[in-house]
Amino acid sequence: MALELKHVTKRFGQFTAVDDLSLVIPEKEIFGFLGANGAGKTTTFRMILGLLDPSGGEISWEGKPLNYSTSHLVGYLPEERGLYPKLKVRDQIVYLARLRGMTKNEAQQELKFWLDRFRVPEYENKKVEELSKGNQQKIQFIAAVIHKPKLLILDEPFSGLDPVNVEQLKDAVLALKENGTTIVFSSHQMHHVEELCEHLCIMQKGKPVVHGALKEIKRAFGKKNLIIHGDFPLESLKDFPGVVKAKPTMEGILLQIEGESVAEAILQEIVGKGFIRKFALEEPSLNDIFIEKVGASYE
Amino acid sequence: MNSFWIILLHTYLTKLKSKSFIITTILTVVIVLGLTNIQNIINLFDKGGAKETVAVLDETGKLYEPLKQQLAAINKEIKLTIYSHNEKEAEKAVAAGDFDALIQLRLNQEQLPEAVFKAKSIADTSLFTDLQTGLQQLKTTFAASKLNLTQAQLTKLYEPVNFKKIALEKNAKTEEELNQARGLVYFLLFIIYFAVIMYANMIAMEVATEKSSRVMEILISSVSPIKQMFAKILGVGLLSLTQLVVFLLVGYYSLKSNMNSFQDGFWDVFGFGNVPVMTIIYAVVFFILGYFLYATLAAFLGSLVSRIEDVQQMITPMTLLVVAGFMIAMFGLGKPDTPFITITSYFPFFTPMIMFLRVGMLSIPAWETMLGIAILVATIIVLAIFGARVYRGGVLMYGKSSSFKDIKKALQLTKNE
Repeated sequence: MALELKHVTKRFGQFTAVDDLSLVIPEKEIFGFLGANGAGKTTTFRMILGLLDPSGGEISWEGKPLNYSTSHLVGYLPEERGLYPKLKVRDQIVYLARLRGMTKNEAQQELKFWLDRFRVPEYENKKVEELSKGNQQKIQFIAAVIHKPKLLILDEPFSGLDPVNVEQLKDAVLALKENGTTIVFSSHQMHHVEELCEHLCIMQKGKPVVHGALKEIKRAFGKKNLIIHGDFPLESLKDFPGVVKAKPTMEGILLQIEGESVAEAILQEIVGKGFIRKFALEEPSLNDIFIEKVGASYE
Repeated sequence: MNSFWIILLHTYLTKLKSKSFIITTILTVVIVLGLTNIQNIINLFDKGGAKETVAVLDETGKLYEPLKQQLAAINKEIKLTIYSHNEKEAEKAVAAGDFDALIQLRLNQEQLPEAVFKAKSIADTSLFTDLQTGLQQLKTTFAASKLNLTQAQLTKLYEPVNFKKIALEKNAKTEEELNQARGLVYFLLFIIYFAVIMYANMIAMEVATEKSSRVMEILISSVSPIKQMFAKILGVGLLSLTQLVVFLLVGYYSLKSNMNSFQDGFWDVFGFGNVPVMTIIYAVVFFILGYFLYATLAAFLGSLVSRIEDVQQMITPMTLLVVAGFMIAMFGLGKPDTPFITITSYFPFFTPMIMFLRVGMLSIPAWETMLGIAILVATIIVLAIFGARVYRGGVLMYGKSSSFKDIKKALQLTKNE
């Protein structure tokens, strides 16, 4: 029971940004926090960090409330990146680290370690405004983790990065997890969440619509994806009983079906009609679940 | 180290090392040095043409010597030379630069002296005035001797009337003291005015920069915004005191090394001969209080804007308050005891300048000063509490508009119903 949110609500005047949110985020795990824009993710993070007071409910870390006296335990990478543009990398990282309770020497050593890890040791004496956006983001990440926080909150850590940098950052996140850091992160890119998280929560207008372990969420979702590639017409399958959705692809068709038994029936139906190059039954992707849970209410 | 001190020192040191701070400080030191050495500078430029030479064409032959005697008492720097050639040649000599001017002396029908003054240009009025004074005295002597007045009678005639100003209030300042106080107060008012505008601006910019660069979000997740706000205000305050101390030290030593010119020169007029210690102490007190008042206001106004470009617009009303206070104080320099000045000196946004003016110029009872300071301190406290709440919400707000409606929104953000 590392981080616990109990019936947390936040209202801004008439508008309810977060509505009765209860979450348990297990220790030493990576927890995915998903939701469309404006679903209340950042507001929730801000409440966890103590920047905003909840209108109702409680937030606790290891049974105790989080506040400024515990700020050295928490690391935060905000969605809107921000560093002093005119300050040198070393000066501002050391400054920010000291505000989180580190000494100057510790901070300088850690900074060296991280810059080496990201293979950019030459940035130590550069001003932030001289760095590219991707490299600024690395510095921002270092600022969030330099004091070895127990709880790390990453708001969209991978947005705007090239694939090489994404891999570097992902490795760093996984290494932190191995060292026992509890990590909460939000992302719009489902494959990152699928890759990294054991547990997750999908927010919709301030309410959690899906919450739990990734595997169970997928199992509970029930529906599966069926991919068929063949050299005969497959469009008629979209009206087959048990098919929820159908999407023609270049080489065949992608079906969303209600369960394995539907796949069996379809196979029997198409056997003998022609050559089947591919017939694959797959677990639904998180993307499918997200679109179904969040997208449905858009329509 | 406590995070409060880390922010305070960080603010102080980064500003201290910044190019703009170093440049403005050096520039101001140069100005201070220039002002305190103004007597030397004036002398330096005067040295070359120190003596002004005047050619005298005396048609009578008996006016030159008495005029020379009269002038010697007025201005030793004017050298008269009798010129024996005719008028045309004398004019040529002036045009050639051999003489600064030419004066033709003669007697009119009543046997009284009259003269014509000729120079390349008549821009230099002091030479003309001095000659005129000399001639006037000469004429008076001539006229008096015609009337057969004795020198003693003449002295009596020209004796200035005995007319003294005495203030009935016990501690009221004498006219001389008032003049001296005026110069000093004027000077210190300027310092308060500039410092308040400059440093309040600096704070608003600092907050807005942190906000627009979004580093704010990291800062406020480490340290409470209220702590940050006050650490910043104190850090910049420390900076302003550093600058002030540099100026005062440079000014003091520069003045001290020029003590001679200082005693009976340009500066004496401004009353720097004997600086009353209390006025300086009050100046420092009002400087600090004024700074805190406007710095707090600037910090919370700065927290409301999202972009640096909007800062000026946001703090304009505040700047106008400072300017209004300064204008009233300038008016008050001439009439420090009018009811208008008395009333406005209790309005907290004007107190730092106008109450200081009254303390420096008048001898007002201590309780009046204390009341003014008490109102001021109370306002600072209220503003700090209110400002801190706005600041806390303001720093999280990012939007297009930057109006005073945002204050309400910012307060709403910090509410937890």
